[in-house]
Amino acid sequence: MSSVSPSSVFNVKSNEKAKDLGHRQTINFNIGRYNAVVPNGKKQFSDLTRVRQKAKNTKWRAIETLDQQLELFEKNISARGVRVIWAENADEACAAVGEICKAKKCKSIVKSKSMVTEEIHLNEFLESMHIESIETDLGEYIQQLDGEPPYHIVTPAMHKSKEDVAALFARKLNTDPSLTPEQLTLVAREKLREKYVAAEIGVTGANFIIADTGSIAVTENEGNGRLSSAWPKTHIVITGIEKVIPSINDLSFFWPLLATYGTGQQLTVYNTIVSGPRKSDETDGPEEMIVILLDNGRTNIIADAKARESLYCIRCGACLNACPVYKNIGGHSYGTTYSGPIGSVITPNLKDKGDWKHLSYASSLCGNCTEVCAVKINLHELLLHNRHTAVEEGYSTLSEKLAWKLWKRASLSRKLMNTGSGSLKNKVVNSMFKSWSRGRSGLRFSAKTFNQLWKEKNGDE
Amino acid sequence: MKVSLFIPCFMDQLYPDIAFNTVKVLQKAGCTVGYNTNQTCCGQPAYNAGFKAESRAVCEKFLSDFNDSEIIVTPSASCAGFIRNYYNEIFSSSALSWNIQRLTKKVYELSDFLVNILKVENLGASFEGLATYHDSCAGLREYGIKSEPRKLLQHVKRLQLTEMSDVETCCGFGGSFAVKFESISLAMGDQKAGNISATGARYVISTDVSCLMHIQGVIENKNIQVKSLHLADVLASGY
Repeated sequence: MSSVSPSSVFNVKSNEKAKDLGHRQTINFNIGRYNAVVPNGKKQFSDLTRVRQKAKNTKWRAIETLDQQLELFEKNISARGVRVIWAENADEACAAVGEICKAKKCKSIVKSKSMVTEEIHLNEFLESMHIESIETDLGEYIQQLDGEPPYHIVTPAMHKSKEDVAALFARKLNTDPSLTPEQLTLVAREKLREKYVAAEIGVTGANFIIADTGSIAVTENEGNGRLSSAWPKTHIVITGIEKVIPSINDLSFFWPLLATYGTGQQLTVYNTIVSGPRKSDETDGPEEMIVILLDNGRTNIIADAKARESLYCIRCGACLNACPVYKNIGGHSYGTTYSGPIGSVITPNLKDKGDWKHLSYASSLCGNCTEVCAVKINLHELLLHNRHTAVEEGYSTLSEKLAWKLWKRASLSRKLMNTGSGSLKNKVVNSMFKSWSRGRSGLRFSAKTFNQLWKEKNGDE
Repeated sequence: MKVSLFIPCFMDQLYPDIAFNTVKVLQKAGCTVGYNTNQTCCGQPAYNAGFKAESRAVCEKFLSDFNDSEIIVTPSASCAGFIRNYYNEIFSSSALSWNIQRLTKKVYELSDFLVNILKVENLGASFEGLATYHDSCAGLREYGIKSEPRKLLQHVKRLQLTEMSDVETCCGFGGSFAVKFESISLAMGDQKAGNISATGARYVISTDVSCLMHIQGVIENKNIQVKSLHLADVLASGY
């Protein structure tokens, strides 16, 4: 393991990206396109606020009764011959996939886009077993070709321009570097078709786990998710336990919300509900289906009554697109599977507070994430909550503790706040906060405080 | 109307002129302005840094300094928003809870107080120039003002207003964020400065000195010929 802390990696990478004007331009352009279409999607709702509230309340109920919902799901889906595996962490989830692969003598896997499989680093695990795992979502395929993790939870290659992609394909697949996006898509499609035919196993995530019918639902735009779940003989679903919704009827608002906040669509092109393997009288579908329910730190979040709200997330990516920090540092600077505001909220709780608390501080708390969240999660308040729990649990440095003790002393004493001349304060504060004055003109304290000047004018009240 | 003035700690230390302009504006609007000279800070800096206990001690001091005030007015949406939105949580299920609930209902940001309580939009101010208004995140999303400062500015004689692009995007200040994550804060400030500069305005006006302090720092460093002004500075001009 590397000894460099996630926080110093974040500082180096975010510093580099924040100054990268080419990156800024590409991201502003791509998010600008997103911003232009979202209002169109919103038009389908006659009362958007109510729909968002309903979605939030539904997720509230699902998470508050998570144990019952998951057991109901398990009961219903296993009645149709699906095996449900409960995985406490990434290792258990990977090991379960590994065992299935061995049993099926699997040499290659087709995968649809799934953040949970990124979270457990499934591709690396499969590679170590000499199993080829191919990403079939176009954006994810591009990222895999480039050896990069997804940059964004919805649009994995958002940071690449069409020219970047053409150059990448030329380098890796020997295509003509002048191909258009349409031609590039056809190249990917051709390559991927071969992989579908050869793969013994298809792996997908789930956007929703449906308790009352015992099904999983997959939302996508390319049909690769449907193909990955239906073509290979074995279908493995890997999903976080928080994805549960109580009823299939809830999709009537979750699907349009996810589409609108994710991509500005009314509905995505493909929405698939899978409730089990192929039945004897059916012509399509896998012979076997396995669902792996992953905890991997989610129950830590449930244990914190306030942070629990972060599990309502439907991974639409709206908070990433709205976040000025994300837009300036990009998805890779975070060094996490989930980036942007939601990533900064959940990562310290899913993983290790000591290692990841810096993400809760890497925000101006502007509140735009909270404003755009499809399910109205109070994201910026949860960042603040993370800061509070980090301090309470002793993760702050001695110098921070000391600084705030001093601040408290000064703020409790008007006399102390009036001590020292303006020029002395200028010297002390500007030398203490060099990172303020490097890119901004220095602070200029007044010779006397307002308080002193008021007293001189009006006397002590 | 008798109002108690709360001057944010930043303003007290760095910008006493703005505080005096606030007093001038309130007096012009017909208020008797009281200022408790014991006051210091609302407690927000430590709260945002995660140091809840340190923050709470200062919030308690604020409560004792302002417990008897009938109306508290402050030239900061950030402080007012913090008191309104977080004091209840900080003191929930404490013996002070009831006092806090009363306190939070009496705190107003300056423009909100003028427009919605006093129903005054025209203060008779006059200020020559083209200006653009910067929505502070605290004003826009935490406290909930957008039209109020604009209404007041529209009545300032000889002042021309223009809107910048991405006006609802954060300027990048964010308290300790500005020093802890200097380069991110500066990148955000850089884009804000660019949007301000693109309007051709000579002035950028806001309700919060915290944003203005950062914006002014960035624009000076980039040699952009724009001056930042607090809303109170403009409303106190020309009379």
